[in-house]
Amino acid sequence: MIEARGLTKRYGAKLAVDDLSFTVRPGVVTGFLGPNGAGKSTTMRMILGLDAPTRGSVTVNGKPYRQHPAPLREVGALLDARSVHPGRSAHHHLLAIAQTCGIGRSRVDEVIDAVGLREVARRRAGGFSLGMGQRLGIAVALLGDPHTVILDEPVNGLDTEGIRWMRSLLRDLAAEGRTVFVSSHLMSEMALTAEHLIVIGRGRLIADTGMREFIAGAARDDVRVRSTDQDALAALLRPRAAEVSPDRDGALTVSGLTTDQVGRAAAAAGITLLELTARQASLEEAFIDMTSDAVEFRAPTTAPAKG
Amino acid sequence: MTVPTAPAPTASRDDQRVTQARVIRSEWTKLRTLPSSAWSLVVAAVLIVGIGALYAGVRVTRPPQDPAAIASFDPTAISLSGISLAQLAIGVLGALLITGEYATGTIRTSFAAVPARLPVLWGKAIGYALAVLALCVPASFAAFLVGQSILSSGDLDTTLGQPGVARAVLGAALYLAAVGLLGLGLGALLRGTAAAVGALFGLLFAPQILVGFLPSTWSDQLYGYLPAPAGIAVTNVRQDPVALAPWTGFGVFCLYTAILLALAAWRMRHRDT
Repeated sequence: MIEARGLTKRYGAKLAVDDLSFTVRPGVVTGFLGPNGAGKSTTMRMILGLDAPTRGSVTVNGKPYRQHPAPLREVGALLDARSVHPGRSAHHHLLAIAQTCGIGRSRVDEVIDAVGLREVARRRAGGFSLGMGQRLGIAVALLGDPHTVILDEPVNGLDTEGIRWMRSLLRDLAAEGRTVFVSSHLMSEMALTAEHLIVIGRGRLIADTGMREFIAGAARDDVRVRSTDQDALAALLRPRAAEVSPDRDGALTVSGLTTDQVGRAAAAAGITLLELTARQASLEEAFIDMTSDAVEFRAPTTAPAKG
Repeated sequence: MTVPTAPAPTASRDDQRVTQARVIRSEWTKLRTLPSSAWSLVVAAVLIVGIGALYAGVRVTRPPQDPAAIASFDPTAISLSGISLAQLAIGVLGALLITGEYATGTIRTSFAAVPARLPVLWGKAIGYALAVLALCVPASFAAFLVGQSILSSGDLDTTLGQPGVARAVLGAALYLAAVGLLGLGLGALLRGTAAAVGALFGLLFAPQILVGFLPSTWSDQLYGYLPAPAGIAVTNVRQDPVALAPWTGFGVFCLYTAILLALAAWRMRHRDT
């Protein structure tokens, strides 16, 4: 269980995290979403006591992280896959961390096997690919068999097989009753693994909700419709719908009406429908919708459209 | 793939406490498992013996001539002259032990494992000081024996039994360990390799040059208290008249090192990573 209360971090004039309160519960995978620069990594560093909050507090299992006598038993964290000295082997990197709290060599070998690094464990970590570095970071996080797992962008650099492995790992960890807190910028990935979402933008809490509710709450539920007479259909629907707009391929996107309503209206007017689809927003669309005001670095909207 | 959840048999679930002894062990592992660190220490040991032997050979061909030179001739110091180069290797490695962690981001992993942070600094200090002593005590005695056997061909040698000689040979290793800690303290305080190495060289060499600009009555008073002259006093048998007494000088050098480590500890405890 992670509990943040009024968590605030100021770097000079910039408010990186602004009065953030949330609870991450055990037993489910909680996704941590936000645009770049939203304050996700800063929040994770504050949870681990690496950065001190300007105001507010955050506890792990009831205590500030620093006050736990056996910290690796409480929290296993992956903050940056590159956090290993390039001259040291994966085995020795893990061994040095294990020794700080008396974890033995057999557990080091166990986590090396668990992340699939046995073949390269004795090689210099400087030669590791990003994906191998990521797996080593996961091994570090699992070392103390922790109650809580905090992972910052864990699928970064993983290949398809690695991503599938990560997905089942996260679900397994949660199923074992652990608290699993994962940040990612890959929305589709998050949609597949997380059950609960905490969304922040510009350091502020935007949503703290279940995945399904989050997607359902997005304003983008709409209907795609094609017919033999699009102009007549558009004229027919416009007074009733919230918005009717033509797609690039000639179909109409209608929001504010259900497929039933569109179908009946078309039938009553004698317009033949060729396609009628209800579209639910993806997590990605829901996310963009929710955070569009909070994106810090936005590309100019005048960028040429792709053909 | 399954996740092994069973903890290792050597550590029960309740016994994963962080202790200073465990952190020292961890830091020792970090030190010995980085090939570049191990090589730096070996190079330092080779420099101690090699430079001493080289300089002893030079002095045999150019023995002291006038009475003043004979009076101030210090065969022990000649055989130990390699420490002036070895101190650079050992001081820089001391700084790298911690700046390397800041540069690679490993410091966050270290502090996540040891949230109290200071055990990491003390673990590095104790592990490194012991490693330097383990290597430099034998190297220093070897340099002395090799140097004296070379000097003996010109009847210039001395023995460990002479007053102050054994202290000087042991003192050379102690001084090098203290320089290693000075480098570590600077590295922890400044966090960047370039800044720490610059500050280390500055501390060891610049004060003597600056004091040279002062009137000699002042410079003679101050000289003994400067870091390098104070620390090196413990390695000399024939004392420089402006130097402090051997152990007093070494004590002053250790005080400087302790002040830097204390500042570093304060900064490490209070600053974000």
